[in-house]
Amino acid sequence: MYQYILLAADGSENAIRAAKEAIKLASFTESSLIDLVYVVDFEKSKSDVLHAASPESLEIGRRRKIAPIEQLIKEAGITYKVTLLKGEPGPEIVRYANEANVDIVIIGSRGLNSLREMVLGSVSHKVMKRVKCPALIVK
Amino acid sequence: MQSLKEQWFGNIRGDILSGIVVALALIPEAIAFSIIAGVDPMVGLYASFCIATIIAFVGGRPAMISAATGAMALVMADLVADYGLNYLLAATILTGIVQVLLGVFGIAKLMRFIPNAVMIGFVNALAILIFMAQVPHFLGEGWLTYVFIAVTLLIVYTVPRFVKAIPAPLIAIVVLTAAAFISGAELKTIGDLGNITQSLPSFFIPDVPFNFETLRIILPYSLALAVVGLLESLLTSQIVDDMTDTKSDKNREARGQGIANFVNGFFGGMAGCAMIGQSVINVKSGGRGRLSTLVAGLCLMFLILVLGDLVVDIPMPVLVGIMIMVCIGTFDWGSFKYIITAPRADAVVMLVTVAIVIYTDNLAIGVIIGVILSALFFVASISKVKIKEQGTTYFIEGPLFFASTQSFIQAFEQVSQKEITIDLSSSHLWDESAVGAVAKIVSKLEEQGIAVQVKGLNPASEKLYNKLLGLSGGH
Repeated sequence: MYQYILLAADGSENAIRAAKEAIKLASFTESSLIDLVYVVDFEKSKSDVLHAASPESLEIGRRRKIAPIEQLIKEAGITYKVTLLKGEPGPEIVRYANEANVDIVIIGSRGLNSLREMVLGSVSHKVMKRVKCPALIVK
Repeated sequence: MQSLKEQWFGNIRGDILSGIVVALALIPEAIAFSIIAGVDPMVGLYASFCIATIIAFVGGRPAMISAATGAMALVMADLVADYGLNYLLAATILTGIVQVLLGVFGIAKLMRFIPNAVMIGFVNALAILIFMAQVPHFLGEGWLTYVFIAVTLLIVYTVPRFVKAIPAPLIAIVVLTAAAFISGAELKTIGDLGNITQSLPSFFIPDVPFNFETLRIILPYSLALAVVGLLESLLTSQIVDDMTDTKSDKNREARGQGIANFVNGFFGGMAGCAMIGQSVINVKSGGRGRLSTLVAGLCLMFLILVLGDLVVDIPMPVLVGIMIMVCIGTFDWGSFKYIITAPRADAVVMLVTVAIVIYTDNLAIGVIIGVILSALFFVASISKVKIKEQGTTYFIEGPLFFASTQSFIQAFEQVSQKEITIDLSSSHLWDESAVGAVAKIVSKLEEQGIAVQVKGLNPASEKLYNKLLGLSGGH
C-alpha cells in the first residue's frame, strides 16, 4: 500500500498523534519506510544559533525535539529515517514531498481557531493543497 | 564547500531577485546608521555599496550581506563627535588592516571561546543601544511624529503577510513620504540631518596628519571596530551556514571583512560588517550565492544615483519606526526564558555584558568583560571537587588542577579511620598542583599512621603522576 510515508513533525502534541497514525499505516505494509521530516524555520535560525554553545549542540537540540516520535516509531519496529530541512515549514514540506515522490504525507493539524488560522496560516492546510500525493491530516 | 563557479553562478535568478530586495531594505538602514554615527547619509550609503561589492568577491560566506551597521556606528559615534569624518575614515582603514591580520592569524578558532551568554548579551545590548539612539528623534517632537512612527510599525508588521516581494520598510517609506508631502505635515526629514549627493564614491586619502598622535586617537576605535565587526560577521556567518545547510570559510571571511573596510575607508565609507537581519532577508528571498551580495551593492548605488533627491524628503519618524523594527528583530526575545532556565552563571554573564555595554556605550568592552567573567565562572565551577565518603573509601569527583586542589586537601585534614582508599576514577589530574596535592595528602596521612591507598587514576593522570614524581611508569 503506502511504501514511502512522509511524517512531518514539529515536536508538538499533534505531531505525536500524527506519528501514531503513521505507524498504523506503516504496519499494514511490509518494507514500508517512514521519513520523519522536521523543518527548522528560517525565523528560528538566529535564536537557535545564539542559544547553542556549538554547532554540535545545535544539532542535538533539534534532534531532541523529535526524539519522542523517533522513540515511538522505533518501538513499533518500523524502518525510518530522519530528515532535517531548513526553510518555511509549509512550502519546504511540499517541495520535499514532491521531489522525493513519497506515497503519502502525514501531518498533524495545530487545531487553531479560525481567526488565528487566518492570521498565522495553517501549515497542514497548505501542505494538503499543494502536495501531489495523498495527504492525511491528523486532528 | 562549493566551487567558486557554483558560489557565483549556481543560483543566478534567485540571487538577482534577492539582491534587489536587499538593496531596497538596505537604503533606510544605511541612512539611519549614518545618523547614529553622526555623519552624512552618504557615508553609510557609500560604505554599504563598497563593502557589499567587495565582500562579494573576497568574503568567505556566500549570500551573507555586509554593509554599514548599527553595531559599528555605535562604536564610532564618539570618534566622529570629537574628531570628525576624516579621523573616522582613517580609523576605518586601520580597522581593515587589523581585521586582515586577525584573519591571517586564524581568529575564527577563537570565536569558539566566546560563550553564547556573551553573544546573547551582545545582540541585546545592540538592540537597546540602537533604540536609545532613536529616542532623541521622537521625544518632544510632537504628536504627529508618534503617529508616523506608529503607522510605520503597523505597515512593517502587517504588510508582509500580504505582500512578500517588496520589503515592507520600503512600502512604509513610499506611502508615508507621500502622505507627509500631500498633507504638508511639519516633520523633520533626512534632509535636515545631512545631504545626499548623487555621485559615485571616489578615491581620496583621509585628511589627517600622519603621526603618532593620530594613531593614538584612532587605534582604540579601530581595535574596538575590528572586534565588534568580526564578532557580528562570524555570528552572522554561522546563522547563514545554518539556514543554507552549507559551510563557510570563517578566516577567509575575517580577511575579507578587513579588505572591504580597508578599501571602503579610501572611498569615504564608514566601517561596516555583516548584518544578521539583512542576511536573513537575503536567504529568505532566495539568495544563496555571491552574486546576491554583489547585486545588492550595485543596485543600492544605482538607486541612490537615480532617486537621491527623493531620499532627503523621507520623514525622520518613518526612519525611526524602521529602526525600532530593527531593534525588535535584533533583540533576542528568548532571553527572558534564558535568564530563568540557563545556569545562574550564564544568566549573570549575559546581564553583565548588557549592563557594561550600556554603561560604557561600547560593545567591544562589554564583550571582552563578558568573556573574562565567564572564564572566571567556568574555572570557579570546575574547581569544585566533590568528595564522597563510603566506609573507608573516599570518591573524588571533578578535575584536580591548581584551582581545585585547596578544597581537595582540606577534605583530608580530619581523618579518623586507620586505613583509607582514595578513589580517583571520576577525577583527572591536570597539572603539577594536582599531583602535588595527592602526594602531600598521602605523606601527611602516613605521618599520622594512616595507611593510604590511591586507586583509579586514569592512564593520562597516572602518566603525569609518575612523571612529576620522578617514578618510572610501571605499566
